[in-house]
Amino acid sequence: MSETLDLAARTGLGTARTEGGPFRGLPIRLAATLRRTGLYLALPLVLIAIWQGLFEAGLIRPILLPPPTKVAQAFVALTLSGDLFRHLGISLLRVLEGFAIAAGIGLVLGVGIGLSRQLDRATDLTIQLLKPIPPIAWIPLAILWFGIGEGGKIYIIFLGAVFPILVNTIDGIRQTDHRHVELARILEVSRARFIAQVVLPGALPAIMTGLRVGLMVAWMCVVAAELIAASSGIGYLIMDARQLAQTDQVLVGMITIGAMGKLLDILLKEIERRLITWKTVYSGL
Amino acid sequence: MVAATARIEDLRIGPLSKTYRLSASSVLALKDVSLDIAGGSFVSIIGSSGCGKSTLLRIIAGLEPSDGGPVRLGGRTIERPGLDRGFVFQEHRLLPWLTVAANIAFGLKGLPKDEIRDRIEAHLKLVGLEGFANAYPAQLSGGMAQRVAIARALVNKPEVLLLDEPFGALDALTRIQMQQEILRIWDVEQTTMILVTHDIDEAIFLGDEVIVMSARPGTIKKRLSVNLPRPRDRTSADFLAFRREIYREFFTEAEAPFAYVI
Ligand SMILES: Nc1ncnc2c1ncn2[C@@H]1O[C@H](COP(=O)(O)OP(=O)(O)OP(=O)(O)O)[C@@H](O)[C@H]1O
Ligand SMILES: [Mg+2]
Repeated sequence: MSETLDLAARTGLGTARTEGGPFRGLPIRLAATLRRTGLYLALPLVLIAIWQGLFEAGLIRPILLPPPTKVAQAFVALTLSGDLFRHLGISLLRVLEGFAIAAGIGLVLGVGIGLSRQLDRATDLTIQLLKPIPPIAWIPLAILWFGIGEGGKIYIIFLGAVFPILVNTIDGIRQTDHRHVELARILEVSRARFIAQVVLPGALPAIMTGLRVGLMVAWMCVVAAELIAASSGIGYLIMDARQLAQTDQVLVGMITIGAMGKLLDILLKEIERRLITWKTVYSGL
Repeated sequence: MVAATARIEDLRIGPLSKTYRLSASSVLALKDVSLDIAGGSFVSIIGSSGCGKSTLLRIIAGLEPSDGGPVRLGGRTIERPGLDRGFVFQEHRLLPWLTVAANIAFGLKGLPKDEIRDRIEAHLKLVGLEGFANAYPAQLSGGMAQRVAIARALVNKPEVLLLDEPFGALDALTRIQMQQEILRIWDVEQTTMILVTHDIDEAIFLGDEVIVMSARPGTIKKRLSVNLPRPRDRTSADFLAFRREIYREFFTEAEAPFAYVI
């Protein structure tokens, strides 16, 4: 009895010492978390430090590249005036609209083409010819068709996002494991169940990749469209600041675009992680 | 009365041949194979790699057409896969995104919900995996996954269960355990069992009959009736005599192992 207690006390596992376990573990886990976070943030922090250092040493002209401190000031000013988040919100809404249309059409068409050899044959050449045209090259036509209203920008976003979604969906379906196809044959599984329980779950990782790439392209397209033809949105903010030679505001806009893109990717990765629980991902050495 | 046993029909295979045609050449995988298998019996097929064992099983399953020879189950001619024949592959082939229960139910159709639940439960019990209904394949060991695959193949109550090296990927101890399991399942389900293996002991331990195949082209070389009472003792003199006889079909006396003289 006393021996058991002794052992429990030493290992911190006894009931009398429940608070001992977590408290003992915490500093170690905290240190590991800090180390990982440090590794994650080190490179951007170093780059910012070099950037500031170059300015302090008088090696760059502020009009061409204002220092981080000045960009931060502009960020605070744009945030306080509400301009930054108003333009960001407008861009984001455009992206979501264009992306939603692209996802709807890309997924439905992709599943259809992936499942039907006839449909694949009938659409392949068209898709292959349209795919290499950069969405930006559509902007002149979009302006003619839609003016500088919302329609044109949503159209450009749609064009940018739809192909990655479509192509990845088709690819994912084509990669259905032939051993699972054989299994479905052996068990005389109905076509509907085969699609729902074999084809679509198997294609889901590729579909999620398509959606992530599509969303990134959509985000890049909205900025491009706004740079050329818009009176609002984060791309317009950048263009407007450039005309007034406010380089610090240009940089605020650019950094906001990067941060927003990262946030959107985190969001989709999280959705993917929740949907695809069966796959163990190789995370590097 | 004993409707379950009366239902199991004999399997009459061939004579059939099978040629695989490739673009440049063709492979004669099976040549003039004839095989009658009594309903409800347990047949082991053994042969060296590439002798056409899987091909024969796939033809019986209806996954692969023969060059023309017939396969009959009772009065029916087999041309395509059907639920009267179950198949257990060498790898478990579970769908990783479905739970164990959903994997077992994958081939069930047209049944009311509670009947499906009952069948899943009964078959989980049959393969000794009660309590694992909601587990995912990634959470199972190799032996457990193969048990689920066996349950999935049996849940449609096939007359014939085709097993293509089902325990080939398992370690020796798990394999012996699974061999005992499959005999117990056979006892309960009364299906005809056709099991392909590379393992001489496994073939003798399980089969009413051992069929030895030879390669290039694949033919049936020998049929041995294993008239030993069950449960069989792998170390008994009779068992070792069968072992020696089959061994001789593959290797010369000089290469015979010392294991069976122990
Ligand atoms: N799909 C195929 N196309 C062409 N040739 C094939 C095909 N499947 C099998 N073969 C050939 O047919 C022969 C028999 O193959 P099979 O898979 O039936 O052998 P096996 O006895 O099951 O071998 P193992 O014990 O290694 O599994 C082999 O020579 C193989 O190369
Ligand atoms: Mg084989």
